[in-house]
Amino acid sequence: MSAVSALVARPENRPIAIALGFVVAILIVGTLYTLVMQGTAPLLSPRYLLQQLQTGAFLGIVAAGMMMVILLAHIDLSVPWTLAAAAMMATSVGGDLAIPTGIAVGVAVGLVNGFGVAVLRIPSMIFTLGVDSVMRGLMVAHTGGFAPRTEATPLMRWLASGKLLGVPMAIFVWIGVSMVVATLLARTAFGKAIYATGSREGAAYLSGIRTRLVIAGAFVASGVSAAIAGMLLAGYSTKAYQGMGNPFLLPAIAAVVLGGTRILGGSGRYAGTVVGVILIVLLNSVLSIMQMPEAGRQIIYGVVIIGMLLVYGRNDKITS
Amino acid sequence: MPTDVPHVALTGVSKFFAGARALEGVDFACRRGTIHGVLGENGAGKSTLIKIMSGVLAPDAGEMRLDGRPVAFASPSEAARAGIVCIFQELSLIPDLSVADNISLSDPPKRFGLIDKRAERRRAEALLARIKCEDIDPRALVRQLSLSRRQMVEIAKAIGRDPSVLILDEATSALTSRDVETVYGLLAELKAQGVASIFISHRMHEVDALCDTLSVFRNGRHVETFAKGARSGREIVRLMIGRDVEAQFPPKPVRARPAPLLTVRGMLWGDRLNGVDIAVGRGEIVGLGGLDGQGQKDLLLALFGVLRGVEGEVTVGAAHGLPRSPAAAKSGRTRIALVPEDRKTEGLMLARPIADNLLAASYGEVSRGPFIDDGLARAAIEDALAKLRIKIGRPEDPVATLSGGNQQKVVIAKWLLVHPDVILLNDPTRGIDVGTKQEIYRLMRALADEGKAILFYSTDYAELIGCCDRVSVMYDGRILTELEGDGITEEAIVAASLNIETAA
Amino acid sequence: MSGLRLTLQQNRAFAGACALLLALWLAYNALHPRGFSTAVLVQNANEAVAIAFVAMAQTVPVLMGGLDLSVGAVMTLTNCIASVLVNGAPGQIALGIVATLLAGTLFGAMNGLIVVYGRIQPIIATLATGAIAIGLALIVRPQPGGSIDEDLSWALTNQLSDFAETYAIFDDGKAAWFAPFAWIPTPLVLLLVIAFGVWLPFRRSVTGRTVYAIGSAEGAAFMSGLPIARAKLAAFTLAGFFAACGGLYLAVQTSSGNADVTQAGAYTLNSIAAVVLGGTSLLGGIGGAIASLVGALILRVISFYFRILSIDPLLQPLIEGVVLLAAVSLGAVRTLRVRNRLELFR
Repeated sequence: MSAVSALVARPENRPIAIALGFVVAILIVGTLYTLVMQGTAPLLSPRYLLQQLQTGAFLGIVAAGMMMVILLAHIDLSVPWTLAAAAMMATSVGGDLAIPTGIAVGVAVGLVNGFGVAVLRIPSMIFTLGVDSVMRGLMVAHTGGFAPRTEATPLMRWLASGKLLGVPMAIFVWIGVSMVVATLLARTAFGKAIYATGSREGAAYLSGIRTRLVIAGAFVASGVSAAIAGMLLAGYSTKAYQGMGNPFLLPAIAAVVLGGTRILGGSGRYAGTVVGVILIVLLNSVLSIMQMPEAGRQIIYGVVIIGMLLVYGRNDKITS
Repeated sequence: MPTDVPHVALTGVSKFFAGARALEGVDFACRRGTIHGVLGENGAGKSTLIKIMSGVLAPDAGEMRLDGRPVAFASPSEAARAGIVCIFQELSLIPDLSVADNISLSDPPKRFGLIDKRAERRRAEALLARIKCEDIDPRALVRQLSLSRRQMVEIAKAIGRDPSVLILDEATSALTSRDVETVYGLLAELKAQGVASIFISHRMHEVDALCDTLSVFRNGRHVETFAKGARSGREIVRLMIGRDVEAQFPPKPVRARPAPLLTVRGMLWGDRLNGVDIAVGRGEIVGLGGLDGQGQKDLLLALFGVLRGVEGEVTVGAAHGLPRSPAAAKSGRTRIALVPEDRKTEGLMLARPIADNLLAASYGEVSRGPFIDDGLARAAIEDALAKLRIKIGRPEDPVATLSGGNQQKVVIAKWLLVHPDVILLNDPTRGIDVGTKQEIYRLMRALADEGKAILFYSTDYAELIGCCDRVSVMYDGRILTELEGDGITEEAIVAASLNIETAA
Repeated sequence: MSGLRLTLQQNRAFAGACALLLALWLAYNALHPRGFSTAVLVQNANEAVAIAFVAMAQTVPVLMGGLDLSVGAVMTLTNCIASVLVNGAPGQIALGIVATLLAGTLFGAMNGLIVVYGRIQPIIATLATGAIAIGLALIVRPQPGGSIDEDLSWALTNQLSDFAETYAIFDDGKAAWFAPFAWIPTPLVLLLVIAFGVWLPFRRSVTGRTVYAIGSAEGAAFMSGLPIARAKLAAFTLAGFFAACGGLYLAVQTSSGNADVTQAGAYTLNSIAAVVLGGTSLLGGIGGAIASLVGALILRVISFYFRILSIDPLLQPLIEGVVLLAAVSLGAVRTLRVRNRLELFR
């Protein structure tokens, strides 16, 4: 217990602990509901949970990249159409080159974003918004505005919906991405440079950190994450489709923030982002079990985010 | 016109931050028509004291009386309404608003319920004229002004609120000597009008010249209050740091001038650098003097690779030309380090842990392959903390929890981990307590003795005289005078700063 | 330095935006077969009002260094409320209008309360309240539809003479003195009256100035004794009011309400684009609502070009994105010329 309380005592871990508590609360409330209404407890069955985590993997991978950008006090609004573009290009190229093509799309978008934000110093909020629009335009032009007819390659499908030891492959991909991001952030000079740059860019620059490369690197990471998520999603639904990335943007940002990453950059742990993703995924599945109408879902969604952040403790009064 | 009831009196005031004592059981009083100096090292509680007086913080215990009546301020505006106005060390100006807007910021003149811009401008003009700053355009944005001009605007803003108590927290630290004279005059004027001024400065000679009463603080307690002249400078320093101090500056070695490691010839940059020639050798401390804004800071930034479009001939060790970025500067064959002007925004990531700040420039050195080696990192941190005797709680604590002096030590330690050959210092002792200043002087000399070349800009003449082997005085983007050995005197520096020889 | 030069220098971005709008608008009318006609002007004005209001709404929190991701959702919510309430007898209509505007204003105030007393970052707080607003909009109007009083709709979406005629004022709009103004589109007048009547006084108040001060240096604003909490509350409340104006006008223009999530998101993102195009800094402290109005008009004029140039509508998002990137990159050229790299980080 003392180890637990020591972990909670560190300010960065407090939100993670609270979010974990909330995950447990969702499971309990959801199970009570199903027990009373249906006499079953699907939320506690490993199969159901794995299935939820499989869908959560797409969000989790997007959030992993988004977190690197948010740590720099930036944001990547180009995620929706980077995701869709990677999926569409991967399926239309097909074959062995499908996945490298998708990754290349992610890298390219990340480099463009990085150039605009780090070199031209245009606020990321606006630059990535423009890039998202350009990507959407390119894809609409590419597909003629229809659902692409090309199909995901077998490898993409296997990575998304195949199973290994009874566990969906998508979860392994998520775990892989998570390990890379967590190691990068905690154990490399690049990760430390992200925290430093996000905390105070001028001081990081004067410490001899190549802040432009750091920013560009984070955007590339975000682009690649979105691309991986896009290809997995295409594999999962066997095809890419218009607007497939749209439902991921805001939940990804919410997951990162609910995981305790400071939206103004400079602090946050990757474990928190994972917990944030699980929280959002479980909340969604409990709400669908309860057959909550869209209006109620939206309201609950908003109230939960506000409520959790209120519980996390409040920002310092003066930010000088 | 001192009276028996003090204008402001604090009794038994205490303030704690997360259990740590900032002030404890402090009694403090000041009277109308006096200039009251408050002395103490960083962390002695001076800042907390004035923050409580000016309504920024509420005391945990004790009470404050104004003309004998108890008062409690919930905000700086309440304190200002009661006549207590503070000129803060961290400037309280809004960069994107005009000078006139800033001077009448919270209580502007109004017409039909809306802010009257024209009246505001007239008011600004009048107040600026009072402090002889007619050169400042009230319509200019504060962002466009230099640090020293901003500080004068800050002073105009404060006197515009008609204070009965005026608190100056290191308010003269960035001023040019002409402006300092103006401020002295102003304080004398206010004193005659019965205003109580509280003056906080680390510059002993300023306090000595200006104040009639002195109070010394140490470790959150009020040590003693006495009239000026009742104590010698030595005694005062002992009260402040609680022990005797030896000579302020370490002795300078006598030796031949070393071969230059860093050579600059004819450096040009915009209208700020107009042909700088300077050379610094291993083992040397070369001072940069002169009035504020004569290009000293630009020269340091240029050498560190921050400025674009610098021309001139530069040799750093065996390499020719300037580094293209700070990253290149710190990693070349001859490594350059810069301790920047503003430690809070340029030197440190305040919210990050002390450990991360210490390693910020040297993650490459403590990594094996792509990964940071925990053992190497820990050893480097311990080494840095020990070498500079930095007092900290835990390395994971945010660097913001440290006192100003210890923060500056962290900045210096960060650079020492890179093992630089050339160290550029931009006014490293500004706003730092006497004890830490002396440690920094000793450290500079020790580093020079290790064979590092040090270029040291300071606004404090005493430092230049006490620390430097040579002093180059800048005027209008050029080095007009170079002083050496016994030639480094206050008279010589002042004369060179004002370019009196050439003017004559 | 002369006063004029100083003013120009301090408002370079805004001046640039105005020049760009003028050039785009003139070229558009020159290319349009019925260019420079009242009909085209009225139609354009109608389509520009909602986004202009939402852009103005976004400006206030942005000036404070925040961001309001709920403006589009609040516009949608008020759009739905108006589609239910703005109907019936004149008294009912007036009451409906007031209720609609009040709803948006209160929602904005709620945002402000959460930001000020909950101390949650505006961007994330409004991300959440935006979802709540959409939820409420879906409850008010589960299916698109509803209606708006037809007279009102007609009067507000045409030229001033039609407005006068509908409500039988100024001799049904035929008064001689009225003639020079008769051609002006009512929506434009509406927009300008609210922009100048609400924004300018706000800007000249201590609260408004505090909004700028917070965006520029919050610590300094606090030290100077400015009313921080009041200004933050006011900023979000005002944003809610402007968003409600947008929602109300959208209802008047389309004679219906629609709780469309996608549309809400698009309006929010476009509002940010408009704010930036107008020259307001996303870092806060610099800019203004009038500038964002100009920015919103620029965005709209660009989209008008698609009609007259018969560009493949499929290319619209591509071209919009490229124009947005080009415009902001143009403004960024200055950063490439910055001679002291420290100025890049502020």
